[in-house]
Amino acid sequence: MASTEFTIDDLRRILREGAGTEEGVDLDADILDVAFEELGYESLALLETCGRIEREYGIALDDDALAEAQTPRALLKLVHGHLVTVHAG
Amino acid sequence: MTASVVVTGLGIAAPNGLGAADYWAATRKGHSGIGPVTRFDPSAYPARLAGEVPGFVAADHLPGRLLPQTDHMTRLALVSADWALQDAGIRPDGLPEYAAGVVTASSAGGFEFGQNELRALWSKGSQYVSAYQSFAWFYAVNTGQISIRHGLRGPSGVLVSDQAGGLDAIAHARRQIRRGSQVIVSGGVDASICPWGWVAQLTSGRLSTDDDPATAYRPFDAGASGHVAGEGGALLVLEDEQAARARDAHIYGRITGYGTTFDPRPGSGREPGLRRAIEIALRDAALTPGDIDVVFADAAAVPELDHIEARALTEVFGPRDVPVTAPKSMTGRLNSGAGPLDVATALLAIRDGVIPPTVNVSPHADYDLDLVIGQERATELRSALVVARGFGGFNSALVVSDAAPKARTS
Amino acid sequence: MRRRVVITGIGVMAPGGTGVKNFWSLLSEGRTATRGITFFDPAPFRSRVAAEIDFHPEDQGLTPQEIRRMDRAAQLVVVAAREAVAGSGLAPDTMDPHRTGVTIGSAVGATTGLDQEYRVVSDDGRLELVDHRYAVPHLYGHFVPSSFATEVAWATGAEGPSTVVSTGCTSGLDAIGHAVELIRENSADVMIAGATDAPISPITMACFDAIKATTPYNDEPGQASRPFDRTRNGFVLGEGAAVLVLEELGRAQRRGAHIYAEIGGYASRCNAFHMTGLRPDGREMAEAIRATLEEARLNASDIDYVNAHGSGTKQNDRHESAAFKRSLGEHAYRVPVSSIKSMIGHSLGAIGSLEIAACALAMAENVIPPTANLHNPDPECDLDYVPISAREARLDQVLSVGSGFGGFQSAMVLTRPERNTA
Repeated sequence: MASTEFTIDDLRRILREGAGTEEGVDLDADILDVAFEELGYESLALLETCGRIEREYGIALDDDALAEAQTPRALLKLVHGHLVTVHAG
Repeated sequence: MTASVVVTGLGIAAPNGLGAADYWAATRKGHSGIGPVTRFDPSAYPARLAGEVPGFVAADHLPGRLLPQTDHMTRLALVSADWALQDAGIRPDGLPEYAAGVVTASSAGGFEFGQNELRALWSKGSQYVSAYQSFAWFYAVNTGQISIRHGLRGPSGVLVSDQAGGLDAIAHARRQIRRGSQVIVSGGVDASICPWGWVAQLTSGRLSTDDDPATAYRPFDAGASGHVAGEGGALLVLEDEQAARARDAHIYGRITGYGTTFDPRPGSGREPGLRRAIEIALRDAALTPGDIDVVFADAAAVPELDHIEARALTEVFGPRDVPVTAPKSMTGRLNSGAGPLDVATALLAIRDGVIPPTVNVSPHADYDLDLVIGQERATELRSALVVARGFGGFNSALVVSDAAPKARTS
Repeated sequence: MRRRVVITGIGVMAPGGTGVKNFWSLLSEGRTATRGITFFDPAPFRSRVAAEIDFHPEDQGLTPQEIRRMDRAAQLVVVAAREAVAGSGLAPDTMDPHRTGVTIGSAVGATTGLDQEYRVVSDDGRLELVDHRYAVPHLYGHFVPSSFATEVAWATGAEGPSTVVSTGCTSGLDAIGHAVELIRENSADVMIAGATDAPISPITMACFDAIKATTPYNDEPGQASRPFDRTRNGFVLGEGAAVLVLEELGRAQRRGAHIYAEIGGYASRCNAFHMTGLRPDGREMAEAIRATLEEARLNASDIDYVNAHGSGTKQNDRHESAAFKRSLGEHAYRVPVSSIKSMIGHSLGAIGSLEIAACALAMAENVIPPTANLHNPDPECDLDYVPISAREARLDQVLSVGSGFGGFQSAMVLTRPERNTA
């Protein structure tokens, strides 16, 4: 059963599992507005991350919208929008 | 005119020692790394022994970002390549653009990674397959990951010829240096000790089903009953000799000769290709059989294959005329890692003037080989022949010689 | 004096028609062989199109035991090798087995056979400890794809240097390049060289879905592969095999062989950048092209046609166009460039050999195969991509390039041997 909430801690966990942690980066710091690129995650890492989010939460993220989501805050917002839609319907 | 190609760095991950120093110390003493499979529960399978690399914790050596996207064999290869470059004292970013490359051998790729993704696919669904499956299992992954880690952008490659492939890769690295590259990181690491890899290897019909580590893998023994599969291998730094001397590098030795052939198709009645591969390698090295001081055998431990190898060696060198050894009796057969590990071992043997032993073997009298058994043998070594054969007909032979340049004719 | 290497035989197994003749008809007529996947139910996948071969191994002369023993990729390459050798006029009594070798490229080996066999031994993933009692007897040949070289050597009688080259999607070019080096260095006189991949299986579709590399353009499968088009959004997975008979020039001339083309030059570089990503400026591919031209002793302006990698991903086609400009300068804007992947899809490691076969046939016919489905050129890809229809042109020097996961960038030039025989 898919969860209804997606928090920064969920994102941290999925990033760690799916893409690992860049040396010198503290994911537990305030990373909401730090670009994924600065956190050491390139497009492949984000594809893996989003694949994990999609199957865990039972949603499908739009390719173009994903490309726009360049920070954790933007990604959280995108995922949250889908969760609301899914569970409202 | 062809450039002389030398080896200036070694990186080793072997079942009886992680790192060149541990491996070489264990190998000289005849310490075997063969034991019960621990990477999965082998009790339901007919073969239950393996040579597993001890004490390898990937996170101690590699950045966290690399771990989710790498198979065990790639992690071993990356660490071995790191060690080889450190040993050579080379900083790749100080080399000219495109002067350095990577040529590795592979046999089954990242088979355990592939196994896990196949399981995800069929038990959970296609959306559970990792993005990294697009490369983490494939045969080119070690060359790609090593090149990225060290910024090696020159001519690079990947060869697959089962257990002969490791020698083919080193020979191809030499070819690239002769064509103008300065440094090539070359060798092979394989590791398929996982249930799916085990089932695949069982179908070769060559895995020993003996449960006793002391008798399971006995090449050239009357009791030979197949081999134990192992994991690991070696990465070497090959370098243009002039460039190595110009930077005062420590030189382990030179790659002086190589030959490769393919066996006739089954049932043809024609002679197997192994003797010819050895002869081509000697001719390429401009050496006579008498110049070879030790042979590192392929050591299949399948009676028919042992017979073919023993016969090729006695035909080329004469009965009992050259010491023969199989340190892989301590590691198991490492597939594409075997040839590079034997080349590294031969270079260490030349350095220290000792032939490491073959363990657990009482040579079959019919073979007429001077097999170095039980203990190491001290002797001056200038040139060694390494032999490797791959499943399906591949024969390769490589000659390594000491660092002192041979007097050149003309 | 350098030993020169020529192509004296070609064999092809490609989507849309097997054999050299059908392959060339498809390319020269600009027809596409991409279609909705029929090999398995594609419903769960994002990309549901592929370029499949209608292949019946028993109709192609393979015996029941050969069919049981070999993965589909091995079957394809053996059939192609037989066609190549038959067409070359080499007969068993005129071949020295010791001086004949084999190099076969493959990116993903027996992945389809492994996928099928894993389903059985794991009982569709139920068993973690897979059951060896359900394994097919020749699974080892799927496990290590050097079996492809073994099968081709057995089919052709080769006993010289033999190996599989596996450098991702440049495998096909690199296998031919490797064979050329072996003949030049006098390790062989004849090489049976080519490549094969048969990756259209659930595991491959799933992993390319995960990185969104394959196209989700499922509605009109015949138009799904759209290299250099503004609307392109990924490649179409294909399958196939091509094999060449490569021969030392003097030997070929002495026996009066038909010579398709000479391999004038070959080079490969690695981008050391990313396993799947490309540096936008195309510098490593440009360097491979530069080194290839240097080896062939040609100037950029000598190139009459460029067979592009042209996979149809957003990233690749831009990268490649940049590499052409960087290496060929102003000539990049004049020389015709096309991608046959628009018609036969992207068969991973096999495609490099299929493209060299296409180049050799193009030179024989003086016809440039087009880039199909190119209706809306991408402003960032502003070269002459020979859209839609084939074009007649005198082709004396042809360049083919490839780009692969792992960072491999390779280039090869074909020339006409008579040009510098004098």
